[in-house]
Amino acid sequence: MSEGNAAMITRDDVIDFIYAETRMLDEGRYTEWLDLWMPDAVYWMPLDYKQADPVNATSFLYEDNFMLRLRVERLNGERTFSQKPKSRCNHVIQRPFVDVFDPEAGKFQTVTNMHYVETRLDEQQLLALTVTHDLALVDGAFRIAGKKVELLNCDAAFGNIQLLP
Amino acid sequence: MNANDIRAMIQPAQVHRDVYISDAVYQLEMRHLFTNAWIFVGHDSQTPNKGDYITTQVGDQPVIMVRHTDGEVKVLYNRCPHKGTKIAIDRAGNTGKFFRCPYHAWSFKTDGCLLAIPLKKGYEGTGLSESQNGKGMQAVGAVHNYRGFVFARLAEDGIGFDEFFGGSLSSIDNMVDRAPEGRVEISGPPLRYMHKCNWKMLVENQTDTCHPMVAHESSAGTAVKIYEQMGNPEPRPPAMQIIAPFMSPYEFFEDMGIRTWPNGHGHTGVNMSIHSKYDAIPGYFEAMVEAYGEKRAKAILDENRHNTVYFPNIMIKAPLTQLRNFIPLGADRTLVESYVYRLVGAPEQLTAMSAMYNRMINAPTSIVGHDDLEMYERAQEGLHAEGMQWVDIRRLHTGPEDFETEAVENGTTERQMRNQFHAWAKFMTMSMEGAAGVAAE
Repeated sequence: MSEGNAAMITRDDVIDFIYAETRMLDEGRYTEWLDLWMPDAVYWMPLDYKQADPVNATSFLYEDNFMLRLRVERLNGERTFSQKPKSRCNHVIQRPFVDVFDPEAGKFQTVTNMHYVETRLDEQQLLALTVTHDLALVDGAFRIAGKKVELLNCDAAFGNIQLLP
Repeated sequence: MNANDIRAMIQPAQVHRDVYISDAVYQLEMRHLFTNAWIFVGHDSQTPNKGDYITTQVGDQPVIMVRHTDGEVKVLYNRCPHKGTKIAIDRAGNTGKFFRCPYHAWSFKTDGCLLAIPLKKGYEGTGLSESQNGKGMQAVGAVHNYRGFVFARLAEDGIGFDEFFGGSLSSIDNMVDRAPEGRVEISGPPLRYMHKCNWKMLVENQTDTCHPMVAHESSAGTAVKIYEQMGNPEPRPPAMQIIAPFMSPYEFFEDMGIRTWPNGHGHTGVNMSIHSKYDAIPGYFEAMVEAYGEKRAKAILDENRHNTVYFPNIMIKAPLTQLRNFIPLGADRTLVESYVYRLVGAPEQLTAMSAMYNRMINAPTSIVGHDDLEMYERAQEGLHAEGMQWVDIRRLHTGPEDFETEAVENGTTERQMRNQFHAWAKFMTMSMEGAAGVAAE
């Protein structure tokens, strides 16, 4: 990733960041992943198709930094029974669309279609996702200012989805 | 399987594992228990206008709840009387003044009555108009709308609504009274969470006060730990207010108390509950005083019941305006739908708090729900062990119990589970009496 000079940042840098973030999730590098987030950023997974209001209607996830940290720390807990044994996940991602590219303002937005596979014991599930990233520049490095993960089949009934799609 | 076989599965302090794992028992539950009892269908704010409908299930029966042209809510079997086609399959919609089957265009008024059949002369002299199929879509046995909550009894005859629920309706009253305008409205679609376990495990868990500090240590305990590392800053954010009380000690849950009512209903949180210590929302108490006067407003808000079980298969949280519907899909399969309602006339932050609770605790992505589901599914598999065939429900059972009268006991008793099984045997067997000794399979 480009350091320092915003003018040096290219669209490929933005796209590389999305790939790198997804790889962290698949490899379970959660501490590193948490460091990518802006302090006031939110991870939103809507429940309703094209849901507009994340707060006054139920979502799957609407997680601030505290909740994300709690989620990550729980995964490694001694008494986290639903993670004995642990789940594993894998994202297959399409090349992100860079819809907003404004290095001067430090604002970027990407939309990425993904297939997400999560497995544990004999179970494996496949989810189709559309993921919107809002990125900011802090000291020349990208940070996540917001992430929205929309499930194609958000209105279906699910068993446990334990990791982060 | 006859009435005596069913009764033999329920003993005062233990139940046979077949009530959870037997497909034959599940089939009997659908034909008897879920036919004789009053079952939750939906909330009338889901169908506010004439012709509005939702599709759902009562037990394993496909039904449509629809707002008829006279303004009343009707519950009809979702089956065309002609070939059996489901009349509607979208979860919600508006059908206008009538339903029209998409297969052969038979049409029906929104109370189910037959309206028209194309090329009707083909049925002249066939006896169709005298047959059951010729009347139209069939309605369920009875429907009751209680303060917006719609229940159905499939059986034509049976126990009345008020007799079935009795004093337990005070929990719905408290939930609706919490709205300054005295009514609640649905807020968004429900979470839909599939469980590979028997529906009764979920219902029992609603008044199981000895599991939170164990099964949820990984989520609530970790939250408390992280918050301590942050120096316990005040005021606590809503997420901490919601999750920290799960780690309360056993004594707290003992002191909460449990109340049981006849016919299997009951609730935790008689004296106080894990929902008692939420921060006040600005403007809410003032709106309640305006609506009810100070004394009545205080009485409504001082009641902080935890989970109220409406036997057989829903629970509500009055202080959080939530309802969870445990829909039985098989002996080992349950669909949980978790709804949030808006208190009409109250600040929107209350809805936000309920929606937060719903996603934190009841979602397929919930770090609390994950461990609950893990326990149920392990139990569903473990119960197949042949060496031990009874499930223990004897905590604080010291002698004969009378479930026909209301009682309040220590909050860690399993009396409410015993109360549910007492009612289970009653509503399972009441329509079997004549068939005693005859195999049901």
